[in-house]
Amino acid sequence: MGFGIGVSNPGMGPRGALDSFSGGEEDRRGAVFNKRVVTRMLAYLRPYRRQMTLAVLTMLVITALTLLTPYLLKLAIDQAITHGDREELIRLSVYTALAYTALYGATAVQQYLLSWVGQRVLANLRSELFAHLQKLSLGYHDTHIVGVTVSRVMNDVAAINELLSQGVITLAGDVLVLAGIMAIMLSMSSYLALLAFTVLPLMVLATWWFSSRARGAFRRTRTSVARVVGDLAEDISGVRVIQAFGQENTSQERFNQVNEANRDANISAMNLSFIFLPAIEFLGVLATVIVLWFGGQAVAREAVTLGTLVAFLSYVTRFFQPVQELSRMVTTLQSAMAGGEQVLRLLDTPPEVQDRPGAVELTLDGAPRIDFEAVDFRYRPGLPIVLSGLDLSILPGQTVALVGATGAGKSSIANLIARFYEVERGAVKINGVDVRDVTQTSLRRQIGLVPQDAFLFSGSIADNIRYGRPDATDAEVEQAARLANAHEFISARPEGYQTLVQEGAANLSVGQRQLVCIARAILTDPRILILDEATSNVDSLTEALIQDALRALFQGRTSVVIAHRLSTIRNADLICVVEGGRVVEQGRHAELLARGGAYAALYQRQFGGGGQPEAGHS
Amino acid sequence: MHIPIATPRPTSSQARLLLRCFGYLRPHWKLTAGAYLTMLVIDAFNMLNPQLLRWTIDKGILAGDFRLLGLASLALLGLVILKGVLTYFQGRWTETASQNVAYDLRNELQRKITLLSFSFHDQAQAGDLLSRAIQDVERIRFLTGRATFRVAEGVVMMLATAAVMIVMNPRLALLAVLAIPLLAYQSIRFGRVFRPLSRLIQEQLAALTTRVEQNLRGARVVKTFAQEEQEIRRFEDENQRWFELASTSARLQAVHMPLLQWIANISSVGILLYGGMLVINGQLTIGELVAFTTYMGQLVSPVRYLGMILPAIAMAAASAERIFDILDRAPEVREQPGARPLEICEGRVRFENVSFAYGQNRVLREISFEAQPNQVVALLGPNGSGKTSIVNLIPRFYDPTEGRICIDGTDIREVTLASLRGQIGMVLQETTLFEASIRENISFGRPDASEEEIIAAARAAQAHDFIVQSANGYDTAVGERGVTLSGGQKQRLAIARALLTDPRILILDDATSSVDSETEHRIQLALERVMQGRTTFVIAHRLSTVQRADLILVLEKGRIAARGQHAELLKSSPLYASICQQQLKGQGRN
Ligand SMILES: Nc1ncnc2c1ncn2[C@@H]1O[C@H](COP(=O)(O)OP(=O)(O)OP(=O)(O)O)[C@@H](O)[C@H]1O
Ligand SMILES: Nc1ncnc2c1ncn2[C@@H]1O[C@H](COP(=O)(O)OP(=O)(O)OP(=O)(O)O)[C@@H](O)[C@H]1O
Ligand SMILES: [Mg+2]
Ligand SMILES: [Mg+2]
Repeated sequence: MGFGIGVSNPGMGPRGALDSFSGGEEDRRGAVFNKRVVTRMLAYLRPYRRQMTLAVLTMLVITALTLLTPYLLKLAIDQAITHGDREELIRLSVYTALAYTALYGATAVQQYLLSWVGQRVLANLRSELFAHLQKLSLGYHDTHIVGVTVSRVMNDVAAINELLSQGVITLAGDVLVLAGIMAIMLSMSSYLALLAFTVLPLMVLATWWFSSRARGAFRRTRTSVARVVGDLAEDISGVRVIQAFGQENTSQERFNQVNEANRDANISAMNLSFIFLPAIEFLGVLATVIVLWFGGQAVAREAVTLGTLVAFLSYVTRFFQPVQELSRMVTTLQSAMAGGEQVLRLLDTPPEVQDRPGAVELTLDGAPRIDFEAVDFRYRPGLPIVLSGLDLSILPGQTVALVGATGAGKSSIANLIARFYEVERGAVKINGVDVRDVTQTSLRRQIGLVPQDAFLFSGSIADNIRYGRPDATDAEVEQAARLANAHEFISARPEGYQTLVQEGAANLSVGQRQLVCIARAILTDPRILILDEATSNVDSLTEALIQDALRALFQGRTSVVIAHRLSTIRNADLICVVEGGRVVEQGRHAELLARGGAYAALYQRQFGGGGQPEAGHS
Repeated sequence: MHIPIATPRPTSSQARLLLRCFGYLRPHWKLTAGAYLTMLVIDAFNMLNPQLLRWTIDKGILAGDFRLLGLASLALLGLVILKGVLTYFQGRWTETASQNVAYDLRNELQRKITLLSFSFHDQAQAGDLLSRAIQDVERIRFLTGRATFRVAEGVVMMLATAAVMIVMNPRLALLAVLAIPLLAYQSIRFGRVFRPLSRLIQEQLAALTTRVEQNLRGARVVKTFAQEEQEIRRFEDENQRWFELASTSARLQAVHMPLLQWIANISSVGILLYGGMLVINGQLTIGELVAFTTYMGQLVSPVRYLGMILPAIAMAAASAERIFDILDRAPEVREQPGARPLEICEGRVRFENVSFAYGQNRVLREISFEAQPNQVVALLGPNGSGKTSIVNLIPRFYDPTEGRICIDGTDIREVTLASLRGQIGMVLQETTLFEASIRENISFGRPDASEEEIIAAARAAQAHDFIVQSANGYDTAVGERGVTLSGGQKQRLAIARALLTDPRILILDDATSSVDSETEHRIQLALERVMQGRTTFVIAHRLSTVQRADLILVLEKGRIAARGQHAELLKSSPLYASICQQQLKGQGRN
């Protein structure tokens, strides 16, 4: 069964600020039958040609058996019962029972094959989507709501499944039966047959009408369900804020709206098919009536025998059975197509950051040099420029500190070293090699980055620490944790390193999360270490301990440290003050203080200003 | 029937679960009743149609009566139009009712999720909750809609046919009806195996959802460590497991569902054989037998539907279990019956011997202190010493395991949650913003705030300047969780958001950790103005934030190790003194 949940009016999303890129994919009324979508979807069946062929064969067997059993029945009545032949009756009954049993076997095989292929394709599609998501750059993740993407992978994919498995076979079977019956009808009486077929153009028209409307309606069900998932996912991740601000009611109202929109989209999509299906049935009866009326007169004219007319009528009824099935398929098709579109759209989104053809592996023997050469950067076209004409050289083995007001662009500099985004102008070079000339994977393997937001996965603490190097031994994990000063709190837990980190790391204090993140970065033994506010929530005693440990660790690496707490960066070889997207001042601590510029002011504020403790120089 | 996978035991009876699902149809009983009545009429039409056709042939064509033929044709068309209209309404009503069930269930789930306490959310997985609210609800929707409708339709058809058959020939009918208990037995047996399996499948689907969700949330970390391959492998593992479960279920269904049809078919062969013998013995006419077999065909055709619907019902029961599991939870933090709204006159906050544990993990021991009205209380201490845990008790995010907390002498467990939280403004240590405009984020706690108030709050939090510089000013969109802002920008929005609610008690949990000291200083000056007339709790690691507090609590391993003001503590608390010294080292070295 499909998961066609629906949703809301595009552009009306209550949290619609990012609508344009958050899944409110628009309701363009497209072609009735998107051949491209269908062909590409069908391609997923190709690896299972054998199974599908077998399914088609079983379908033929099933059709044959379904025709055979009434015939056996007829034989039983005509030959056995009317002649009082008990043995013949028993024999025929046994045959019938055998035929039914064979039918059972064939049906079971067919059903199994079809569902198997369906689930297999579903699983493959999900894997493909997931793998594609791994390729997409952070720019994509910045602008797409997690819940919406989740809905693509989980719900839209499921909508296609029905069409791909049961659908294709039903389609094939029905078309086959249809062709057979048409042939029989034509051979019985071409006059009556052509009369009956006059309704066909009307049917095509009705189908066209339905499909063109249904397209938008079904697309709306897909986008609206994505909104439901998106909104709920956000409520879940923000539930602590919602409760802290007592906004349970507002969030409920908001959810109500998307939920309602989804419900209405579903109802209106189904509504169309409730008009369409009876319309098709009406056309079927219309054909019967036409045959009856003209056939009746033909019988009177003795152009057609009564027997032919009666038989013909029963064929007309049988003709419209597969037609009805097929029109039911149109609904499935539309729903699958809407899902397919969303899935393909995601699959076709190119990663903004891509490896250049012929990109080489970056190999570093020792601490590298990092250069920013006249870098201009903005996150997305249309957004304000973040870095402009940034020049920065970090020598091999240096520890460079970036300080500056919030929003100055420090984290952005870190993001560019790891090439999470592309520069607009200029270049970022490592040992003189443009980061765009090396593969992303090899680049990032050389970098240990502790990001500003300490994200941990759910799983054990040990697994989190060895995230970047899954093959690290327990001893190495512990060693890294000791360096990051995390060992103490971890071993105080009853389960030690096996303690499960709950979602959002809810069961660790924020400082503890940062310690684990530092351990995670240390363990990969990177050539370039970037600490972006890695200890902002860590108490100063622990921080001092970490620094002592890091001092040894900084040997043989090039490090970038970003911090607001100036005590964090006191060991730096070079301090750069970032302001308005460029480096306005650089030098050693003492030089900068002496210069009396931006750094001196910052320093003054932190240690000199109004609240200078009496014990300052103790 | 053997399933190679351990299945969980169902916890409550299928019937009870299903009944409870149908309970959600109650508010829409008119639609449902309408749909079912229409179904009866449609069935009657279906019975009528062939008769009309036969009559037209007999009386119209055979007799050559074209007027009658014309009339009958018109009648046929009229009938089908009428039936079409009825079918439309029947479909629409069923669909509307069942979509409303899904709507109600989702609303209820969302409400429950926002109401459940922090302790629930500490353990819950977003992906799992999402999959319950979407896929599991979807299964219930199918159950309360088309699935049951088809079953009802089939049952009506079967009963009607059985009645006709009994009238025609009770003995033969008995033979036909004999198949029914067999069918029932087989269905029940199937349901018993299939439901636990469906539950496993749903859980696996939830696990998949969780994988995707976590992966997307941690996208930056995945990239940082170049672990895409590893993530893909992990996903494939879960996906493969899902596939195996799903194909087990496909096999089960493929084996057992057509079996129903087989039972029905075989019993029709039985009728043929027995009836044929009766005819041969002269106890039955051949016409009767033919008619009988035709009816038998009618009797078995609904069985086909049953085969499709039964798995859906079993799946719905498994899903219902997962949904009601959430709906039946009570929030751990609850209002007492007869709780009064809290009125804060002075803002005196008193902890009396408070101890607290997260499950078995004891994190606070015998905490006692009192924050005087309008005081600034600072909490300082190493990571994991319990600072956040202490302030989380004030708005009752958790309840203490021992001791009590009073505001102006009233135990906070005796007042309503809304009044308590409404007067507390909080900046949580972990900044969470919503995917909305900056304006909406700031006015989150007070959606009716005026533009001036919003700007004033933003100014106090030193956020105004960067806001007006961003692409669309206050209308600039903030990515999910605030991803498109810098760390310090997020925190300042969170401060503005808390200030806007004009709280009596203000709690700042490491609220300026990502803000540079210049900005922090300005925020402090602004706060000093707004802190007038409120009791404020400040948690910070930077001394500059803490030292001017009226009361500093130095925490260590869940206890208050020292308390007092900056100057006293420097002398009395070695821990405090060493923290000070540590932070000022930078200065000493130059
Ligand atoms: N993903 C993003 N998309 C769009 N804009 C962004 C994104 N990340 C940051 N910005 C914007 O870029 C500017 C620089 O941000 P950045 O994170 O580099 O600042 P920062 O110096 O690290 O500040 P902080 O000290 O507060 O962390 C800010 O104005 C911010 O709003
Ligand atoms: N939801 C939770 N479930 C279980 N344990 C928890 C939970 N939250 C915190 N803890 C544990 O309780 C202890 C106290 O945590 P708390 O968050 O109060 O520390 P904190 O003093 O705020 O530290 P930080 O300075 O790092 O923010 C820590 O050891 C932490 O691991
Ligand atoms: Mg930053
Ligand atoms: Mg804390």
